Amino acid sequence: MNEKPEKLINKKGLRLDGRKVDELRPVKIEVGVLPNADGSAYIEHGKNKILAAAFGPREMHPKHLSRPDRMVLRCRYHMAPFSVGERKSPAPSRREIELSKVIRESLEPAVFVDYYPRTGVDVFIEVLQADGGTRCASITAASLALADAGIPLRDLVVACAAGKVDDTVVLDLFDTEDKVGCADVPIAYMPNLDAVTLLQMDGILKPNEFEKAVNMAIEGCKKIYELQKEALKTKYMLIGQEEEVEE
Amino acid sequence: MSSLVTRVRSKQIEQLIEKGKRLDGRGLADYREIKIEQGVIEKAEGSARVLLGKTEILVGIKVETGTPFPDTPNDGVLTVNAELVPLASPDFEPGPPDENSIELARIVDRGIRESQAIDTEKLCIEPGKKVFVVFVDVYVLNHDGNLIDAAALAAVAALMNTKMPNYEVKDDEVVIKQGYTPLPMKSHPITVTLGKINNKLIVDPWLEEEQVIDARLTMAFNDEGNICAIQKGCAGYFTQQQILEGMKIARDKAAELRKQLKW
Repeated sequence: MNEKPEKLINKKGLRLDGRKVDELRPVKIEVGVLPNADGSAYIEHGKNKILAAAFGPREMHPKHLSRPDRMVLRCRYHMAPFSVGERKSPAPSRREIELSKVIRESLEPAVFVDYYPRTGVDVFIEVLQADGGTRCASITAASLALADAGIPLRDLVVACAAGKVDDTVVLDLFDTEDKVGCADVPIAYMPNLDAVTLLQMDGILKPNEFEKAVNMAIEGCKKIYELQKEALKTKYMLIGQEEEVEE
Repeated sequence: MSSLVTRVRSKQIEQLIEKGKRLDGRGLADYREIKIEQGVIEKAEGSARVLLGKTEILVGIKVETGTPFPDTPNDGVLTVNAELVPLASPDFEPGPPDENSIELARIVDRGIRESQAIDTEKLCIEPGKKVFVVFVDVYVLNHDGNLIDAAALAAVAALMNTKMPNYEVKDDEVVIKQGYTPLPMKSHPITVTLGKINNKLIVDPWLEEEQVIDARLTMAFNDEGNICAIQKGCAGYFTQQQILEGMKIARDKAAELRKQLKW
């Protein structure tokens, strides 16, 4: 590990990567990137590079896990061995198992699970490069993969973190801020329903700082939500153009 | 976890909560009766048994020597593991830990780690080479809901009961001496879990309520009443307002529990 920087916010109020306290990293999203998946999305959120794919609704394997009254949503969050500084073993770590669970629980409130009884939908998330905030970027991409697969959703789920570095509440922490900073609050949100579907925290926050972080993260979510919708529309505009050419 | 609660029963739970009541006679913000017993396993360096209503959890602490993590060469190591032992519930199966037991262990871990409950610098024997490793093993003995709060409470009670072996370093070897000193602690995190049923928040959901809740919110607070860990669970959601409201309820309950425990 490199040496710890002494200050994460300089005198001008700018962060190590030059951002303001309430500024997001650049976000780039693309929908429908994997030809074999029923739905897919790719996100670059700062230096995070993440692929998400959705398969289904399809028959459950193993069959006994299927439910007579609803669809079963499964989720696997996985990091590539080369995605971080020191090689990560490809075997699922305890962290990845926990994140797979909380990501599934963040997506499930959006899905009309009773529309497809006895079936299963699998969401696979591969983190190709990680730079802090991968669970949030994964959720943003995974909900687009579900939408791209044509699975009926109540809303897109979008996620963003806020946290505290140098006694200041900031939006969207990157790796160094996450490791050296005081706290990290990832939040997943459905803007149309005002529904928080993932909330975690580590570090120490006073109650008023927590309130500020929650509000700031939700504002961040709303900004990424616009990019999400744009990415979904772009895919269909491209399909439309291709069809015109064929005619 | 899939114990069945009939529809009639769920309806009953929901209707009662609508009126501010609960099946077992508690108010929405009441905990079940809590009993804590420390030092129940003599062979462990620390231990505690917690009863939260009928939920029963035993935590044993073992302290051994090991190597520190390369990025924290001066700090001792904390390891938390949880076992949902099959004798505790018909829903628990033998085998490697599933996502529920991993999540439980990681929530307990987060509360202790982030509140800096253990003064890990004092567990360093030789920087970068040898430190004490504190193993916290959570054993669920009976599952009647809200394993998280019971496990977190039992873990802190067990840590407070933990005695470190005295030692000296002779020719790069750690020699254990007679006698013990208490484990150095800086904070005592208290964990409070809320459930949401029909947009109402309830404290300490028990087993049947757990089957009915839309979503779960767990928060840990340190000695100063600041938040040190959060985990939302289950496939439901909270509104922005409910989260801030939930934080206030949980913070009050944590302060109340802390008083009741007198440590």
